[in-house]
Amino acid sequence: MPNVHNMLFRTLADPTRRAIFERLCRDGEQTVGALTAQAGVSQPAVSKHLGVLRQAGLVRDRHEGRQTHYSAQLGALAPLVDWTSQMAGFWQGRFNDLEDLLKRMDQ
Amino acid sequence: MNELATQTRSVIVERDIAFPPEKIWRALTQPHLIEEWLMKNDFKPVVDHRFNLRGDWGAVDCQVLTIEPNKTLSYTWGAMGLESVVTWTLTPTRTGTHLRMVQSGFRPDQTQAYQGAKFGWQKFFANLEQVVARAE
Repeated sequence: MPNVHNMLFRTLADPTRRAIFERLCRDGEQTVGALTAQAGVSQPAVSKHLGVLRQAGLVRDRHEGRQTHYSAQLGALAPLVDWTSQMAGFWQGRFNDLEDLLKRMDQ
Repeated sequence: MNELATQTRSVIVERDIAFPPEKIWRALTQPHLIEEWLMKNDFKPVVDHRFNLRGDWGAVDCQVLTIEPNKTLSYTWGAMGLESVVTWTLTPTRTGTHLRMVQSGFRPDQTQAYQGAKFGWQKFFANLEQVVARAE
């Protein structure tokens, strides 16, 4: 698997980090404080997760006064969501199962 | 709208299969057989018939477009906001059948990333953990 895939998978495999990213996808831009209120972990922990998400290009930060606002960067998921290659893999698997079925079927 | 936004893309999978077209046709058109290699469904080999394919990750909305027994079958394939058409073509060969599947109609502006945001990230990411587990 290409490195960029590995990085995205590793980044999103952590349930807390993924929940933070999902929340940003769902609800739009949020402050660290607002995210912490729902994350169930401390603010430093949320900040650390946001740092990892930012390194992976999955979130962007915007400073406004003393607040930092975070927003999801859906474009960073593009390597995971190339539909044609995903579907090609899907159909290859279906073809395999179809051939297995044909071997089991009566004439 | 730029030129790219109107482009379509296709997925093509072809295979030579050591069985006659008639047998493959049954597997492509009988619901209990379709379920064995694709997904649970309420398919009927009737033009305009609307049906669903149901996987553990969600459903695909389909409608039969063309049917020519033992030769060709096509239906629409709508999932996660993507509209596409799946066309099966069966060509007899000396050793069996050349089976060709073309799925076309993806537009570059219909990436799963953006549609996925509307149709539920949670399911998508729930599957990610399994993908990661398999990848390691």
